[in-house]
Amino acid sequence: MKPENLLRPTPAGLYCPPGDFYIDPVKPVDRAVITHGHSDHARAGHGKVLATRETLAIMQARYGEDFALSTEPARYGEKHDRDGVEVTLVPAGHVLGSAQAVVRHKGFTMVVSGDYKRRRDPTCAPFEPVACDVFISEATFGIPVFRHPPDKDEIAKLLKSVAQFPERTHLVGAYALGKAQRVICLLREAGYTKTIYTHGALEKLNALYESFGVDLGPLAPATAEKSKSFSGEIVIAPPSATQDRWSRRFADPVDAFASGWMRVRARARQRGVEVPLIISDHADWDELTRTAHELQPCELWITHGQEDGLLRWAELEGIKARALSLVGYDEEEGED
Amino acid sequence: MRAFALLLDSLSFTPSRNAKLTLVRDYLSSAPDPERGWALAALTGALSFNEAKPSFIRKAIEARMDPQLFALSYDYVGDLAEAVALVWPAKPGANREPELSEVVDALRSASRREVPQLLESWLDALDADGRWALLKLLTGGLRVGVSARLAKQALADLGDVPISEIEEIWTSQEPPYADLFAWLEKRSDKPSSQTPARFRPVMLAQAIDEVTDFARYDAKDYAAEWKWDGIRVQAASEGGVRRLYSRTGDDIAKSFPDVIAALDFDGVIDGELLVLRDGQIGSFGELQQRLNRKTADTKLQQQFPAGIRAYDLLMDGEEALRGLPFKARRKRLEAFVKRLKNPRIDLSPLQPFAGWEELRTLRAHPPDGDPAKAEGLMLKRWDSIYEPGRPKGPWFKWKRDPYLIDAVLMYAQRGHGKRSSFYSDYTFGVWRQDANGDRSLTPVGKAYFGFTDEELKQLDKFVRDNTVERFGPVRSVKANQDFGLVLEVAFEGLQRSTRHKSGVAMRFPRISRVRWDKPAREADELSLLEKMLPPG
Repeated sequence: MKPENLLRPTPAGLYCPPGDFYIDPVKPVDRAVITHGHSDHARAGHGKVLATRETLAIMQARYGEDFALSTEPARYGEKHDRDGVEVTLVPAGHVLGSAQAVVRHKGFTMVVSGDYKRRRDPTCAPFEPVACDVFISEATFGIPVFRHPPDKDEIAKLLKSVAQFPERTHLVGAYALGKAQRVICLLREAGYTKTIYTHGALEKLNALYESFGVDLGPLAPATAEKSKSFSGEIVIAPPSATQDRWSRRFADPVDAFASGWMRVRARARQRGVEVPLIISDHADWDELTRTAHELQPCELWITHGQEDGLLRWAELEGIKARALSLVGYDEEEGED
Repeated sequence: MRAFALLLDSLSFTPSRNAKLTLVRDYLSSAPDPERGWALAALTGALSFNEAKPSFIRKAIEARMDPQLFALSYDYVGDLAEAVALVWPAKPGANREPELSEVVDALRSASRREVPQLLESWLDALDADGRWALLKLLTGGLRVGVSARLAKQALADLGDVPISEIEEIWTSQEPPYADLFAWLEKRSDKPSSQTPARFRPVMLAQAIDEVTDFARYDAKDYAAEWKWDGIRVQAASEGGVRRLYSRTGDDIAKSFPDVIAALDFDGVIDGELLVLRDGQIGSFGELQQRLNRKTADTKLQQQFPAGIRAYDLLMDGEEALRGLPFKARRKRLEAFVKRLKNPRIDLSPLQPFAGWEELRTLRAHPPDGDPAKAEGLMLKRWDSIYEPGRPKGPWFKWKRDPYLIDAVLMYAQRGHGKRSSFYSDYTFGVWRQDANGDRSLTPVGKAYFGFTDEELKQLDKFVRDNTVERFGPVRSVKANQDFGLVLEVAFEGLQRSTRHKSGVAMRFPRISRVRWDKPAREADELSLLEKMLPPG
């Protein structure tokens, strides 16, 4: 089978002609398969949506009850039929409920990674490799510059700063879905038992994570009260809020930011970040290349990100590769 | 090496001086000897290597990985040391991480041929932060925003002693400074400072408060002299050793061989380093051509001849004068300078005056010649001994009023730390007319203080409400003939600049008033600034 007959890039996203469905479409479509809840992948307004229970709950929390005409919840590993095309969602290790879409038709298998990572994450199921003919990979960090250090070391950096500057508030920028909860869990694992304060935009998602059994420990809203000083506390907020007027309630805050982009010093400096935390929910260069090695697909397709680096690597390795250059997935300021 | 690398990493992201002090002090108190000593040497610039040339680093990385992948990475990062630190594909099973002291020792004993292998083995053993620190150290120039002065202040904090005590013995200490740490941790006595031509901590002046100080002090008790617009130096020549120190005790002799050659005496002079031609001083801009250079060639020395205008004498031969009153020291200084008969060292003359009022007139209308180029006046009590630090009362500086112009706000940038949610750094411009008579704004400077917290809130709101474009942390704001915010900007002086489009650069600009009332079209023109430029 020609792979393009099973999945092909279109302006609305990856389309499957025999199954008549799109994967993570960026425009409203009749039938959609959604890999995970980040807003650039999971949009409102589709007809029928196939996704994990967790992803559907996230979409509902973000967009309200009517985010789609109908939904079909999927368990990991469960086979779903779309006009004779078999669709299975398997864990991608990106955020709670995130999945790879395994698409099988007439003995031919294509895997859409969605966004994924390989390292351990206490808030979601780990990535499962699936043997395939074509692996369709993301490449957010597809140049060798990006090799994320161990999470533990990054959290230790934050806690050291908290100990060194006990009179200041540590304001940690972290994306509302996934990163924030992961940072909280990592702090708990490092033995931080104090109340962690959060921006209002995180509350719904924190509650949702807890309802799916992710224990976040004591949390409280970082509301501006005259009586409350946040000196010596850790406050977690979406990245946009840390530089917004909202942050003025904190005395002399230390700005931290949890993101894979923090690996590059100029990025951290441009944002005025004092404690860059290199913690990412995307595969780094080593994970991207290791995964492609492990799966040995006949073809490697690259959806979005820094495809030049990964393409060059594939060429050196003798793996047939092509860049789809799908648009609509935020690489820079999106939820990474 | 890990702790040192983490320190450099944190310092490079920390804008506040106080926070930097905490980071350095905490490191110095927790790292063992001799690691912290070498780290201190690296921070104060006492340790530098030129072993790793960029071309060599590039060759090493291209031998390890595909050049095309490296080129992509380097393009993305923009800095060679950082790019290599990030992409370096370490060989598995590499050696133990080297300590800073091991790196220093190995480089000192290695032959030229061995250096590349050593470097490769270290890059294999270190993580990305460690590799970055190592490459920064080896290519010379840490650039983490720590001055030698700040490192010394952290040392003083560590031992809870005044910084002048550190400065006094600094030049006699050698890395890794084991004696110094032993003293600061109260494990031994203060190391000796009896080295010839050592630095003596300088005496500084308070800014005068025109309202209270003139009422409190009697003009008869004070001598006045002009405050020269150069840099404060201490020229020491004892037992054949010659040194030229900045006011914080950094030896700047290398940039000024002409001045060092003129130290043909035994003693210690306190004075101003200036460009001196036939007894006349040059501008600060000219002196800047000589500052912060590793060497000075003959051409530069001829073009910008440097000299010292002496105003105090701390040692006359072997006799210490710091305990004598200013009046006595001044007499000795006058005789000392006269004996030298060297045009490179002249005397800062006293300015006679009858009372505070006359002095005020002199300050506003200085006599022609050098005083017209001075920054203001200095007042020194006749009976004052030479005390290190900034005691209140014996010495005052009375600066000339700043220059003022009205400029228009053009760009604003977010601040750091406390101000990270505020647009607090302002770039302002003045009107320039082109050949067709059209007026446009040209940026002439940037200021980030001078306003109150309340004004900052209003300025921030103005920026947010009138943003035209965003470039990362910078916003351009609406500014044209009919609309714009006028800022009254105060500054100390103006220099020609080829780096700025306007051709001028301000010294020490700050916002003196926010002119909410003034129409943008009535702000000043570039031609006004051009008239303020020093001749030449």
